[in-house]
Amino acid sequence: MKKKINSNTLLLLITIALFFVMYAAGCVIYSNKGFTHLQTFLNILINNAGLLCVTCGMTCVMLTGGIDISVGSLIAMDCMFLAVGMENWGMNPIVLCVLVLVIGLVFGAVQGFFIGYLEIQPFIVSMAGMFFARGMTAVIYSKQISVHSSELFVKLANIKINIPFGAYENKKGILQIPYIRIPVIIALIVLVVVFLMLRYTKFGRSLYAVGGNEQSAIMMGLDVKKTKLKAYMLSSFLCSIGGICYCMNTMSGSVQQALGLEMDAISSAVIGGTLLTGGVGNVIGSFFGVLINGTISTLVKTNGKLLSSWSNIAVAALLCFFIVLQSVFAKLKESRK
Amino acid sequence: MDKNVVLTMRGITMTFPGVKALDNVDFTLRKGEIHALMGENGAGKSTLIKCLTGINAFEAGEIHVDGISGAVVNHSTLDAQKKGISTVYQEVNLCPNLSVAENLFIGREPKTKLGFIDRKTMVKKSQKIMDDLDMKIDVTQNLEEYSLALQQMIAIARAVDMDCKVLILDEPTSSLDDNEVEKLFGLMRRLRDQGVGIIFVTHFLEQVYAVCDRITVLRNGQLVGEYPIADLPRVKLVAAMMGKDFDDLAAIKSEETKDYSHAEVLIEAKGLSHKGTIKPFDLTLHKGEVVGLTGLLGSGRSELARVIYGADKAQTGTLKVNGKEVKINAPIDAMNLGMGLLPDDRKAEGIIGDLSVRENIILAMQAKRGMFKLLPMSRQIEIADEYIKILQIKTASRETLIKQLSGGNQQKVILARWLATDPDFLILDEPTRGIDVGTKTEIQKLVLELAEQGKGVMFISSEIEEMLRTCSKLEVMRDGAKVGEITDDLTQEHVMKAIAGGASNE
Amino acid sequence: MNNIKKITGKRLFLPIFCMVLVMMVNILFDVASGNFALSFFTISIRNGILYGRLIDVLNRGSEIAILAIGMTLVVSASAGTDISVGSVMSLSASFCCMLLAGYGVSSASELNMPLFVGVLAGILMGCVCGCFNGFLVAYLNVQPMVATLILYSAARAIGLLLCNNLIVYVRAESFKFFGGYLGFIPTPIVIAAVCVLIMSILLKKTALGLYIQSVGINKKASRIAGLNSERIIFLCYVVCGLCAGIAGIVAASRISSADSNNIGLNFEMDAILAVALGGNSLGGGKFSLAGSIIGAYTIQAITTTLYAIGVSSDQAPVFKAIIVIIIVAIQAPPFKAYFKQRSAKKALTKGVQ
Repeated sequence: MKKKINSNTLLLLITIALFFVMYAAGCVIYSNKGFTHLQTFLNILINNAGLLCVTCGMTCVMLTGGIDISVGSLIAMDCMFLAVGMENWGMNPIVLCVLVLVIGLVFGAVQGFFIGYLEIQPFIVSMAGMFFARGMTAVIYSKQISVHSSELFVKLANIKINIPFGAYENKKGILQIPYIRIPVIIALIVLVVVFLMLRYTKFGRSLYAVGGNEQSAIMMGLDVKKTKLKAYMLSSFLCSIGGICYCMNTMSGSVQQALGLEMDAISSAVIGGTLLTGGVGNVIGSFFGVLINGTISTLVKTNGKLLSSWSNIAVAALLCFFIVLQSVFAKLKESRK
Repeated sequence: MDKNVVLTMRGITMTFPGVKALDNVDFTLRKGEIHALMGENGAGKSTLIKCLTGINAFEAGEIHVDGISGAVVNHSTLDAQKKGISTVYQEVNLCPNLSVAENLFIGREPKTKLGFIDRKTMVKKSQKIMDDLDMKIDVTQNLEEYSLALQQMIAIARAVDMDCKVLILDEPTSSLDDNEVEKLFGLMRRLRDQGVGIIFVTHFLEQVYAVCDRITVLRNGQLVGEYPIADLPRVKLVAAMMGKDFDDLAAIKSEETKDYSHAEVLIEAKGLSHKGTIKPFDLTLHKGEVVGLTGLLGSGRSELARVIYGADKAQTGTLKVNGKEVKINAPIDAMNLGMGLLPDDRKAEGIIGDLSVRENIILAMQAKRGMFKLLPMSRQIEIADEYIKILQIKTASRETLIKQLSGGNQQKVILARWLATDPDFLILDEPTRGIDVGTKTEIQKLVLELAEQGKGVMFISSEIEEMLRTCSKLEVMRDGAKVGEITDDLTQEHVMKAIAGGASNE
Repeated sequence: MNNIKKITGKRLFLPIFCMVLVMMVNILFDVASGNFALSFFTISIRNGILYGRLIDVLNRGSEIAILAIGMTLVVSASAGTDISVGSVMSLSASFCCMLLAGYGVSSASELNMPLFVGVLAGILMGCVCGCFNGFLVAYLNVQPMVATLILYSAARAIGLLLCNNLIVYVRAESFKFFGGYLGFIPTPIVIAAVCVLIMSILLKKTALGLYIQSVGINKKASRIAGLNSERIIFLCYVVCGLCAGIAGIVAASRISSADSNNIGLNFEMDAILAVALGGNSLGGGKFSLAGSIIGAYTIQAITTTLYAIGVSSDQAPVFKAIIVIIIVAIQAPPFKAYFKQRSAKKALTKGVQ
């Protein structure tokens, strides 16, 4: 039997269509600025690899009906920790990366405990988390610091992985081979793993069940508190992976880093069809949400004349549009009953 | 234990603060029977179910389940489920956003060797369950794609597949149409034939007679009796639930009914309806008249009142107040026309728990005056004190939080709230539920006084006796429709027959 | 034991307790660093202007106090918080400065239009933002924090746009008034006092307070009793926007400029913290404006103390985050249930003896 298109898949289809329309429009308008080249698309991936990891985690949390706005600050803390660790403490980047992941897990566990076991609103807890992490960033080191002394890390960050197709000659006639970087690989692996986890593991389905109807989930024998705890741990853990990717891109740490990234992650997830009320959504949608986010900022950048705040406004407007759309769908569904 | 018996409850007793919710109640369920648990509001049927499923802890008594030695005490619904006692509620306790197959198997999914969920097996098994029960359902679809009836049947299928011996259906048919109900009954009969014991809680009499084998009736937390269905005709069942034997009926004489047809018409409804709850109805109410709405719980008696008041917006029909056609969009419109509604769910829709008695009393009056015309504090105190005195509200002070008062006093406060607005037409929905006898009489007297002052009152109650004492006209409701109007011959027997519907000798 | 309970049970116990705690820390710190023990409380007049750490707290805390007024209402009526207030502050400031300086002008010593028009427009912008939030929350049933998240990110960006990505300086003396001095008293203190006064009069002389609490406690019952719940919630968000607008003007006037990226930064946190510290439940319902106001100045006192101890402004959020978590954790249902159980058990054992 063919699956009927319900309002949720409709939201996802709107998103995917929106991405292609937006990208096609970019190709037409900015064809002289190289928008049509494969590398433009790959750059979107490279620039947003960290965001993609974060959004995957955010999607999982939002599936339970919660939210985690601490991610932006956590990334800043991770980056600062990595940068200071390598530059000032001279530590091995691999060890540092492992430490960052552990910090992510602990951070998530604390948030998850407050949300799951003490039943405090996720927003309040993660807001406290957001300010805590941002403040800790300043505690670790108060100035901007750039990474250059760790050879291994610099090497890893600069590796270009060439793509065997889509090569073109630039204006000077030099052959440009499209490439991606390591963070993209990491992010895509995260995407696939989370996708499989959501679909094929008990934990993944529990996330949906908790978000769909918490009372039912309890009645059906699921440990809702533990599921929430794990969800926030996962979010912070993926966020830390994102932080490593982010650091590889920026090669620096600063207090103001990744400011407002939580907003990008939430809007990507919502635009990708994740319901704010929980229970509906998947990371494929979130992937397209991230791409739309990236496309908007690339479009604004390519234009060159527009202020960068336009991309913020555009994303917020899109978020607003999708929130209203969700609300309208919810009302329609209710009146149908 | 008898071989055929799957569940026995003996001497179950449980008290809520101040109220004996269950008093030494026995209940027996046999293999392969559908057993109706009947009783009006507050009779204790849901409390009994909750004791069985571990939501409430009972103080005395024993529960025995077939196949388990020793007394069984459940601490949670999960606990009960593990022992083979499953419950399906009116609101389906499944996840609408998951597929049917997942809902059937969540928490016990089949796994592949790698520890992943084996979706193929899960779908195959689910499809088999559905096919076995003769349900035509695509198990890969999301649950929300199916009607409530099918969702309920899926919930039942899940319970049955988890080896339940006792299946409790708590008001499963409340929001289903006749066709869907029939399907559900088909499933119930099939399960009965497979040997499952089913406890069926409902307030639809027709359905009890359509599907049940046996009836247990509770009243005021006590067991009235257990009867095979053939021994308890409809009218006797109603009598058992309402608590009057036929011998007593003669003792109550109906008061002389006044004729109000010449009095001024206060409220005139024509063809009012609300989708899904109330079929179009006509109603006339004169000044000084007390009209009773009677019918069993769920018959639409509360909903009808809510439609007139605008708490639920009417979708069709017209309403005239004092001869003028009016449009009511929200309660405030009704209030400005001189109406008031005392809702039946005191906790959810009546009291503002964290506010003081005084604030609760003046709230509606203040709402009518508008935000910028605050009642002066001295006036508020005066009003509050006045009503505390008139209604004899037992409260430490007028500044005590209303949630700290007993149920009866809370009800009086809400009543005071409406009396303070000096309404022309007051709707009282179960004003005496959960209230001690003394207060009950007071409220009944008050209703009569109001009517004497020329106000119109609509009175809704589960107790027929009370209605007979106060009302001059009874509107009979059944299944969301007004099915009759009794103006003369206001006797208990007559009313019960009207409520029960159908042939009384069935 | 009973006396302790009586005192801790009082509504304003939490904010006053915290305030006293902060003052104690100040005294200890002053003693430890060899200063006069009560230097925190010393007020002097230098150059015809009030001086002293206490005055500083009152002055700097004005914006938080103004925001706390609106936030209190929002929390009470909708059981959610408005996290856009900081950004809306920045937007109002930008809009006001843009109007006063003229679009695209980065520094103006002459006003482009009458002062009150610009200021009023700035405040009005706050109201518009409040309407937007209120519409989403009250009429579309969007969760408050998600609805306000939109402006949380967009308002600052719109502000930047209005200012053409510049920091707009308005160097006119008249504009400095709102962040300057009225006689010898800092104007922000006066503005905050007036706002608090107006709101308390509104709450005292109209039924607003009763309506808001009623809706916040039981929306359904309030509707049956004739209140228009949606409109009341909407109104609360508009008031919150209005407060953010006023706070934005004050903040801009202090630095004579509209610095979109920094005005109102982290203020949403402070405002929410003020409400929570004021003993108001973040779950909605009963509220105490006085509590929130004391809470607001307590926050500022904490901030000032932290700076005095040598914590930088970037690091301060760490402490505030910890305080927020502690306060909400105490209010958390499982905690409350636990304490209730314990006191019930105690009562039981007493009864047995």
